[in-house]
Amino acid sequence: MAKTAKKKAGWSKYSQLIVPVLSILLIVVFNLFRDPGFFSIEVTTNNAGSTVLTGNLVSILNGASELAILAMGMTLVTAACGGQDISVGALAAIAGSVFVKVLRSGEITIPSILLGVVACCVVAMAFGAFNGTLVSVFKIQPMIATLVLFTCGRSVAYWINGGATPTVESPLITAIGSFIPGIPVPTPILIVILMGILFALVFRFTTLGLYTQTVGINQRAARLNGINTTAIKLISFMILGVCCAVAGVIAVSRLSLINHETLLLDIEMDAILAVAIGGNALGGGKFKITGSVLGAYAIQALTITLYAMKVPSTDVKAYKAIVIILIVVVGSPVVKAKLSRLWKRIRHGDAGKEAAV
Amino acid sequence: MKKFARLLVAMLVILALGCTAALAEITVGIVNNPPSESGYREANVKDFEKVFCAENGYTAKTFYSLKNDEQLAAAQQFITDGVDYLLISAAETTGWDAVLQSAQENGIGVFLFDRMIDCDESLYNAAVVSDMANQGKLAVEWLISLNLPEYNIIHIQGAMGSDAQIGRTGALDEKVAADEAWKIVVQQTATWDEAEAKKIVESVINSKEAFNIIYAENDGMAKGAVAALDDAGITHGVEGDVIVMGFDCNKWALRELLAGNWNYDGQCSPFQAEVISGLIQKLEAGETIEQKLIISEERGFDAKTITQEDIDTFGLGE
Repeated sequence: MAKTAKKKAGWSKYSQLIVPVLSILLIVVFNLFRDPGFFSIEVTTNNAGSTVLTGNLVSILNGASELAILAMGMTLVTAACGGQDISVGALAAIAGSVFVKVLRSGEITIPSILLGVVACCVVAMAFGAFNGTLVSVFKIQPMIATLVLFTCGRSVAYWINGGATPTVESPLITAIGSFIPGIPVPTPILIVILMGILFALVFRFTTLGLYTQTVGINQRAARLNGINTTAIKLISFMILGVCCAVAGVIAVSRLSLINHETLLLDIEMDAILAVAIGGNALGGGKFKITGSVLGAYAIQALTITLYAMKVPSTDVKAYKAIVIILIVVVGSPVVKAKLSRLWKRIRHGDAGKEAAV
Repeated sequence: MKKFARLLVAMLVILALGCTAALAEITVGIVNNPPSESGYREANVKDFEKVFCAENGYTAKTFYSLKNDEQLAAAQQFITDGVDYLLISAAETTGWDAVLQSAQENGIGVFLFDRMIDCDESLYNAAVVSDMANQGKLAVEWLISLNLPEYNIIHIQGAMGSDAQIGRTGALDEKVAADEAWKIVVQQTATWDEAEAKKIVESVINSKEAFNIIYAENDGMAKGAVAALDDAGITHGVEGDVIVMGFDCNKWALRELLAGNWNYDGQCSPFQAEVISGLIQKLEAGETIEQKLIISEERGFDAKTITQEDIDTFGLGE
């Protein structure tokens, strides 16, 4: 009896992941029926002369990198503040512009790239702190607070660029955006793994995860227990800032060019969606970053599937919306409660039968 | 007597100053889209700043907005301020009749540039615009001149419904419908987004469909497409398997042409200020303008014939 209870507790820990995993499975199965070779991975030699992996699976994992990283940060902000940051796309454009600005000021070498990354992380954290201050100190609704940067962010990026689309050509930049010579896996995928490990370490060795959750569930109780709620919210926004910077660097490096108008355009909506599909409460509190990352891959898998089916990209958003409505409704508390009641009834029915036998 | 002489000199000086000012200064009100819109617009705004300056005898008032209603209000304000000429690149093609009417009543000359306005021809003096359909035609003619055995085209479109998209798509669609050797492998809009263009090409590569031409409706999307080719190890450009075509003639794109990585870039000229200034001088000299519609001279660049000089003269940005 005790054993089953423990098993049940172990299961419920992961119950949040049922929806994102199911939605990914659904897309996978659908694609396998449509085209059995859809997920085949091929080994080819790219134009830089190194051996690389290609195929739809690689495209999905690679293409979702920026979204996955932003979803990680967005989960934290959502959990702590009970609201979402809608300025992540604009902030990524600013960070990308700073990155390009630093690289263009001299020769592109590994130290100058590192300097660029640090510089754009610092700038993005400063903007994150700005958002965080509006939310935590001035108690402004996160969506309204970040509306400021959402509106003016791309203009700031333009101002930093001083021109429309500056380019940064260098094999080192290509290494960040596509492949490091000798490694067949696209670099953005590796960066996502690295960020995942960083987040896991932070949660393992600090109390940030617990405190964030506490602040999200009941801010007053958290404060009475001695947690600095303002600081926790501020930190969550600054971490999201770093995520924006990393996403911006990847997006710039993919094309060796920054277009402040189109760089990661509308990604904030997908990031929020990833958090929702991941089963996180959008009102704050309990959260699971793994869920959001899975949600990000589900969204990308859907997009790639629609492209493979040659759905006109003007229609892609409409089809996406239909699937998303389904996922979100299935994951909603009302449907979940109904389903679990149904599940209980079936199990009790079985138990009754067993007893009768 | 001395006092009177001094007064006379002073009066003469003032009169002289006033006269020169009245002779040389032509006030123009420029209503345009903001330079942040695109590389094209940036070059366009710079071109107008360069031509309509004090050294050339102009006082320029400028207003930049992407919104039609704000542009309309600014134009109305310029009319109230009593400018001599209104130069307009409208955000939208409709809704301008009343403002242009009021300009005409106040004796203000109107020039349209870059974009046409949906109104009666009598409401403006001349329009200096690009012919997007001609850009598409030039590009398709260039493709025909290659005499390939088959044309399997990935067509990446700009924002649907924009002037540039309609013009650049039109000629290609026509040719594909008329010639059996021409096939569209995929026709998708990437809404001018580089990353989106990369995804579209990636999905075609993954589906293993054969293609030998990428027809991207601007430079950025062509760059995104090339990134996908590079990742998959497909050669492109002059010596490569896939022909890459872009539009707009950004300097960096023309450099790709010079290096042989791309094959063709169609020009979209943002340089209309010189032509308009010439027309204004004509009107000031009492002459009349015979031609209402003036099409900017545009051309396409071939990777095999492009020179560094072309890049310096026609390239946009840096």
